[in-house]
Amino acid sequence: MKSLLKTGVAAVAIFAANVAQADEEANLVINEEIEITVRTDAPAHAENLSTIYSGWVFRSDETQSLQMDDFENPGMIFVDDAIDTWNTVEGSEGNSCASCHGEPESMAGVRAVYPKWNDAAEEVRTIAMQVNDCRTEQMGAEEWKYDGGDMLNMEALLASFSRGLPVNVAIDGPVEAMWELGRDIYYTRYGQLDLSCANCHEDNYGNNIRADHLSQGQINGFPTYRLKNAKLNGVQSRFRGCVRDTRAETFSVGSEEFIALELYVASRGNGLSVEGPSVRN
Amino acid sequence: MKRLLITCAAIATATVASSEEVAPEEVNFSEYGELEVSLSGVAGDAAAGLEIMVSRGKGNCIACHQVSALEEHPFHGEVGPTLDGVGEYRTEAELRGIVANAKMTFEGSIMPAFYRTSGFIRPGDAYTGKAAEGELAPLLTAQEIEDVVAYLLTLKD
Ligand code: HEC
Ligand code: HEC
Repeated sequence: MKSLLKTGVAAVAIFAANVAQADEEANLVINEEIEITVRTDAPAHAENLSTIYSGWVFRSDETQSLQMDDFENPGMIFVDDAIDTWNTVEGSEGNSCASCHGEPESMAGVRAVYPKWNDAAEEVRTIAMQVNDCRTEQMGAEEWKYDGGDMLNMEALLASFSRGLPVNVAIDGPVEAMWELGRDIYYTRYGQLDLSCANCHEDNYGNNIRADHLSQGQINGFPTYRLKNAKLNGVQSRFRGCVRDTRAETFSVGSEEFIALELYVASRGNGLSVEGPSVRN
Repeated sequence: MKRLLITCAAIATATVASSEEVAPEEVNFSEYGELEVSLSGVAGDAAAGLEIMVSRGKGNCIACHQVSALEEHPFHGEVGPTLDGVGEYRTEAELRGIVANAKMTFEGSIMPAFYRTSGFIRPGDAYTGKAAEGELAPLLTAQEIEDVVAYLLTLKD
């Protein structure tokens, strides 16, 4: 009897694991309206991939479905919060985001091309860096914390108005050196577990690692609402978590290394749709 | 006389082995990555090895490997090959070498080295994300490696 019980438990566990598997053939249409490209030919510079996939493809049916309707996507609540912020005057200059940019709809297409080169500052800027530049230079307001709540809400707003548009990050010209730094980091095996991003997300996407179903680690869905911590999560915080899990000393959020890595990883997703705020587990 | 000498030598080796572990930096792999000599000098305990195989804070071997005999411990990964039958087609020396540092057997392997303490890039203080302070401890102790090897040797078809 005891052994029968045990077998029963094991069977349930295995069953649960199977149920949690993704429907990797599914297609994503949001609100029966916005078509999202979740798989497409890899760009030539993603040398070792032939097809690129959104992380959505690898999630369970339940998680996938949460993203098909804005009323079910918990990430959209934060977009609403950010719309209020968008219209709120802050700082010494008497400006809100709306003072310079009008309606948030004017931001369509912006998320798709970040990180990108800023000529005046002569630097590669993530969208968070650009938002902070607007805050300090145009509004005379305080910077927001990188990957803090206010910033992620605004990033969710910016992403949401680009949903369905193809990621199209430039990799040559002035950004080339940073892009190459990002590629080096992507292929470096860090930490006592001696693992690179590529070991998990290029060599093993589609495979399980313990209970986790590995995706390609694409960032077209950021910021992501994770069911695990029930909040929006930033790209670089996700990088930080993955590097930490190799038993390595991580880079900091906002560091030169992570800006470079964000540029490189974003470019591996050129052709996928902007999808944020997405839902992940 | 000759026989006596051999016995003496055998006793001497046995004493040395049990009183002195082989430190991670002193491990001598064969050309093919095998380790003939026990790392701890104490026989491995297969039951303890099983616990190390399945526990997340220890070997967590099933994170990457499927093992039918461990089915009641949920979530086996697919990153490495199944270990079913590995105790039959691999020798003890091969298994010890693979668990201690799989890269000596499989060049460039994704499998982490469980008995190695140097040569890492940005090693951390366990899973804190902070830099490691002082000397690293191997992922598994000499005895834990022996226990895992003893368990692997039970995996016969
Ligand atoms: C030991 C394995 C491992 C390594 C190494 C690793 N990751 Fe991950 N990563 C995971 C797992 C597991 C998940 C959660 C499941 C998934 O989305 O793939 C994940 C998720 C992600 C996601 C979220 C994808 C989404 O759709 O939400 C990104 C982005 C990511 N990783 C990037 C990276 C980068 C960049 C590196 C290297 C700096 C890296 N990972 C290294 C295991 C790893
Ligand atoms: C991060 C992934 C990973 C982890 C964790 C891991 N392995 Fe492996 N292991 C592999 C891979 C991949 C291979 C295949 C060798 C290769 O091609 O690199 C392998 C090969 C092996 C082999 C050789 C199998 C054969 O075909 O002869 C043994 C034995 C083994 N692993 C045991 C273990 C044990 C025991 C542990 C835990 C103490 C462990 N592994 C942890 C990835 C892993």
